[in-house]
Amino acid sequence: MHSSKFRIQDLFKYLTLLIGVFVVLFPPYVVIINAFKSRDEFNSSSSMALPHNFFNFENFKVVFERGGLLSGFGNILIIIVVSLALNILFGTMVAYVLGRFDFKLKPIVFGAYLVATIIPSITTQVATFGIIKSLGLYNTMGAPIVLYIGADVIQIILYLQFIRNIPYDLDESAMVEGASLFKIYRSIIFPLLTPATATLIILKTISIYNDMYIPYLYMPKQSLGVVTTVLMRFQGVNTADWNLICAAILVILLPTVILYFFLQRYIFEGVTSGAVK
Amino acid sequence: MFGTLSYRKQKTIIIVSFLLIPLILLATFTYYPAIKLIYYSFTNWDGYSPEKPWVGLDNYREVFSNSDIFKVFEHNFAYFAMGIVQNIIAIYFAVVLNSRLRGRNMFRILLFLPYIMNGVAVAFMFGYVFDTTNGSLNLFLSSLGLKHLGETSWLGTEGLVNYALASTGLWRFMGYNMVIYIASLQAIPKDIYEAAKIDGAGSWQTLWKITLPNMKPVIQLNLFLTVTGALEVFDLPFVLTKGGPAGASQTYVQRVVETAFAYNNYGLASAMSVILLFFVVIVLAVQQLVLSRGGNK
Repeated sequence: MHSSKFRIQDLFKYLTLLIGVFVVLFPPYVVIINAFKSRDEFNSSSSMALPHNFFNFENFKVVFERGGLLSGFGNILIIIVVSLALNILFGTMVAYVLGRFDFKLKPIVFGAYLVATIIPSITTQVATFGIIKSLGLYNTMGAPIVLYIGADVIQIILYLQFIRNIPYDLDESAMVEGASLFKIYRSIIFPLLTPATATLIILKTISIYNDMYIPYLYMPKQSLGVVTTVLMRFQGVNTADWNLICAAILVILLPTVILYFFLQRYIFEGVTSGAVK
Repeated sequence: MFGTLSYRKQKTIIIVSFLLIPLILLATFTYYPAIKLIYYSFTNWDGYSPEKPWVGLDNYREVFSNSDIFKVFEHNFAYFAMGIVQNIIAIYFAVVLNSRLRGRNMFRILLFLPYIMNGVAVAFMFGYVFDTTNGSLNLFLSSLGLKHLGETSWLGTEGLVNYALASTGLWRFMGYNMVIYIASLQAIPKDIYEAAKIDGAGSWQTLWKITLPNMKPVIQLNLFLTVTGALEVFDLPFVLTKGGPAGASQTYVQRVVETAFAYNNYGLASAMSVILLFFVVIVLAVQQLVLSRGGNK
């Protein structure tokens, strides 16, 4: 009696989970099957029907040739690499100073980072726009880069948690050997922060890759298109050709999905440590 | 050279040089824009003229007297309502996935998947799902025998469009909430559950008396994220419907961007931004108040 009751409960759990997974996978599934259809095939078949030929890469060719997707990938890659290199450098530097030294202005510096999270950047963009323009960065890759390199408070808290776990003895014994404080940062602290850095790189790569607002606002120039703005332009020109748009969507979704399946452990760690601060 | 200085001097140099650029960045791109925004909101600057005529509180008066502007928040409400549903679903799945279950890791990975997907690509993907004639949703509904429902214009009907868009948000962010809830569940000490079992508590009782009360701070956090998220919605309606049909899905931030960059009315747009900023700060202040009160108990 008791065990049959539990079976029903388990059945319900699995049923709801399967419905959840179905809802999650249904839209991408439809995109995948339609990305391989020719225009005629797309118009004559149901959108839920499988394509005749899964090796029909014609749509993808069009997407890369006409859509300029390759330069979109190139541009976003440059932006990600440059802004993350600087972001990690500055983030670890701030965390080293805040984590290892005591000085009068320390609470103010930390407070400045904390209060900054209250100001949602989407609300101040009207004013930021003028600043970017006056710095001569409008319509250059410099605009997104300077906006992405600033360290945020979650990053600093994550680093500080790690620094607190690095025994101060390590610093002291290095000092006994005559190492400078800069050398301690470079050859002790920075390398030992690698696990946190790895998590941050993955999360920030995904968020920069997926951002639309900043590239749309600051880099309208055609040649500076990144994946999101290229996709928007491509859709604007080919509104009715859903088979082409599906191919473009698929190409743009793939990189982060692949990254996710390989590195999900880091992603879950980063997401939860950020929220449970 | 540097290494031969005393550690006292080195310390000062390191503090100043390591903080200089990061703090300049923070000041230039966070605090300075915020101050400028407040200043612009008292002018009727057009975005390019050198002079910025001072108009006092006129812009604020305009925002509060022009009922058109505040009405836009009705569209944002849909995102708030769907956000509540999203949290309930997320809590449910978190509790389910925290129990002993075959394949729970796979379920967690799949349910979180939409969160890492590109937002613009997701928006267009749903443009296809919601399409009236070719859309897979209508086709699916028709194949279930719901012929009438299968002819709905999800993105073309005024009363529906915001909920259709907000459900896309639910699809995308439910997994994120769920992962946070799972983490908070795993932080609950196991012995509380064992004690409850010994006392003969059923699974419903355990859920209501132990699990949910222990999740309270995280639930509050997620709910406040839902409120601020709903206030700041921009990309989804911007990409998918351009605010249509006839402005029915325009959100507040979209309206701000349009006022500034399409109508060159930076003064009014700044005032609107300041008001939004003010709302967000109020929400966060309430959150702090609620959270600290919960902590004192």
